[in-house]
Amino acid sequence: MTGEVTKDPWARLRAATPARIGLGRAGSALPVAANLEFQFAHARARDAVQRAVDFAALADDLAPHPTILVDSAAPDRATYLRRPDLGRRLGPGDWPALDGHPASDLAFVIADGLSADAVQTHAAAVVRACDGPLKGLKVGPVVLARQGRVAIGDQIGARLGARLVVVLVGERPGLTVADSLGAYLTFAPRDGRRDSERNCISNIHARGGQSHEQAAAKIAWLARQALARGLTGIALKDDAPALDGHGQTGIGRAT
Amino acid sequence: MTLYRTAFGGETFRFGSLRETLAAATPLRSGDELAGIAAASETARVAAQAVLADLPLTTFLSEAVIPYETDEVTRLIFDSHDDAAFAPVRSMTVGGFRDWLLSDAATPAQVTALAPGLTPEMVAATAKLMRNRDLISAARKAPVTAAFRTTLGLPGRIGSRLQPNHPSDDLQGIAAGILDGLTYGVGDAVIGINPATDNIPNAIALIEMLDELRQRYEIPTQSCVLTHITNAIEIMARGAPIDLVFQSVAGTEAANDGFGVSLSVLDEAYDAALSLGRGTTGQNVMYFETGQGSALSADAHHGVDQQTLEARAHAVARRYRPLLVNTVVGFIGPEYLYDGKQIIRAGLEDHFCGKLLGLPMGVDVCYTNHAEADQNDMDVLMTLLADAGVTFLIAVPGSDDIMLNYQSLSFHDIVYLRNTFGLRAAPEFEAWLERVGLIDASGHLLESDAPTRALIAGAA
Repeated sequence: MTGEVTKDPWARLRAATPARIGLGRAGSALPVAANLEFQFAHARARDAVQRAVDFAALADDLAPHPTILVDSAAPDRATYLRRPDLGRRLGPGDWPALDGHPASDLAFVIADGLSADAVQTHAAAVVRACDGPLKGLKVGPVVLARQGRVAIGDQIGARLGARLVVVLVGERPGLTVADSLGAYLTFAPRDGRRDSERNCISNIHARGGQSHEQAAAKIAWLARQALARGLTGIALKDDAPALDGHGQTGIGRAT
Repeated sequence: MTLYRTAFGGETFRFGSLRETLAAATPLRSGDELAGIAAASETARVAAQAVLADLPLTTFLSEAVIPYETDEVTRLIFDSHDDAAFAPVRSMTVGGFRDWLLSDAATPAQVTALAPGLTPEMVAATAKLMRNRDLISAARKAPVTAAFRTTLGLPGRIGSRLQPNHPSDDLQGIAAGILDGLTYGVGDAVIGINPATDNIPNAIALIEMLDELRQRYEIPTQSCVLTHITNAIEIMARGAPIDLVFQSVAGTEAANDGFGVSLSVLDEAYDAALSLGRGTTGQNVMYFETGQGSALSADAHHGVDQQTLEARAHAVARRYRPLLVNTVVGFIGPEYLYDGKQIIRAGLEDHFCGKLLGLPMGVDVCYTNHAEADQNDMDVLMTLLADAGVTFLIAVPGSDDIMLNYQSLSFHDIVYLRNTFGLRAAPEFEAWLERVGLIDASGHLLESDAPTRALIAGAA
């Protein structure tokens, strides 16, 4: 019968995996409903990458935490995606708002990374959830870094005179979760820090990921360890919870 | 001393070295721009291609792009070069070689015999003088077969890797993905899992599950858990049933060091895998992944363009007579291959270079969500690769790899290539598909539910 969709008897196995199994087929193609569902998931992920973070709204969400808005050296989203090096440093200008702050134990930097949705949905909530667990530490202003990647926190942290910088950044969106936030901690931030000198908490989101409170607890635990031991990175990682959900393909595990 | 210069429209273009000429001659891609080695202008790119076209192939036997003294991949390339195999094309320029390859005078038998005489840089340079269609027609002239329990690379056939990844390596979830793929006739190249957690007991559990499943259904294929090669060495020592040993490789010693491997580690694993003797139709026991941009992302590119480095990674792979090699072409991100156009071009280049160098070359036709690409671009690339005679393609349930967070081909896509173009699975696997009733005698996947129900019942 032409145009008939072949149904697959997959009900039981479908419960064993979130993978898109048992979709059925129309000839060799996806049935129209499954195809549209896929398109929808991809569109949502694309929007999350392309959308601009509303930093004014984010600053409101963060109140009463004082905020400072800076730009990376990437002038627009297309350049940002092509030139990760530009997203890792401050753009042209003196950025006087970063100077003259009293020395602090810790400063937050919020950078859009690869998911505006993650930053808009989770970043302010994570900072506020940290208020309690970080009690007793001197916390500097929250810097909002437009078109920023993780390493922009090195330059910003150094300018602020913070002993430790915590960068909250939108992670690369997948089809299932497009709003996952990551947190990267770097002790003694300065230009040229390597990724192996950071600790990461990933998968902060509401679809089976870490809650804001769980993430805040881990950030605070790592921050206190880092400040006490004077380091972040591999040496701290041994004690930290398992973080990296990626497999060992070895290629392209870029932030 | 070779001078790398040409006059072009009244302007003289000079390039400092073979390395710089190769980089400037490469069709535009974001990774070379990021590295700061791309051509300064479109005109300069064509000028560099003109310089390359006039270079004798023997130039590549006297000038290395990365010094012999400091890079073991360069030493491998020079020390393993087969002068006798090179003899038929010794007097050619790069441009002359390109023209010859595309001419009727170059037969598959002749092209295939050249492989040990070609260096990766020669092949990369030739690719830079080719359009996409040239990369397809020339690759078709370089068929490569390899075998373990199935025979891959035979004419008129296209293999497939079944990739049933799961975010927490749940054995039931992975088995569900495997069953799904089998019902689409996928898995004749390998059933290969990227583990989410990289510890040895976890890998052994996955390996044992794969082996048990293969034996229960009597499927003539091979399995692989894509764990680090040093883990594989340890796992083999513990006696777990490893079919294929996997490793990501790159085109420089420093980038391989970043992956935690060297030629000596690869040698050790290769010897151990061969000694297991688990293949039935052949003894090709290695599986490698490569990809443009991997050296740059490890800051280990030495100013060499990413397409040339990819071909050098192929030279590493061919030392081990692998069953499978694939480029993960769109996986590494838009800072290396920006959009569908660049990904499609790179996929065809990598396949061409691999085949000319004698590898059973496959492709992970894929992209990430921050690249300017979508499934339509993948449709184009897979169809072109099928025409180019690609050895195998990777497929996941519904194109969505839920562990690595990227999109590859779907099981449906393998059916599309076989049912639409009459391409067939590896013969040993195809016989199994026919026996369980999934395909007819012509290799066409049938629409009946009965064999699927029988497979699922067998898993209970």
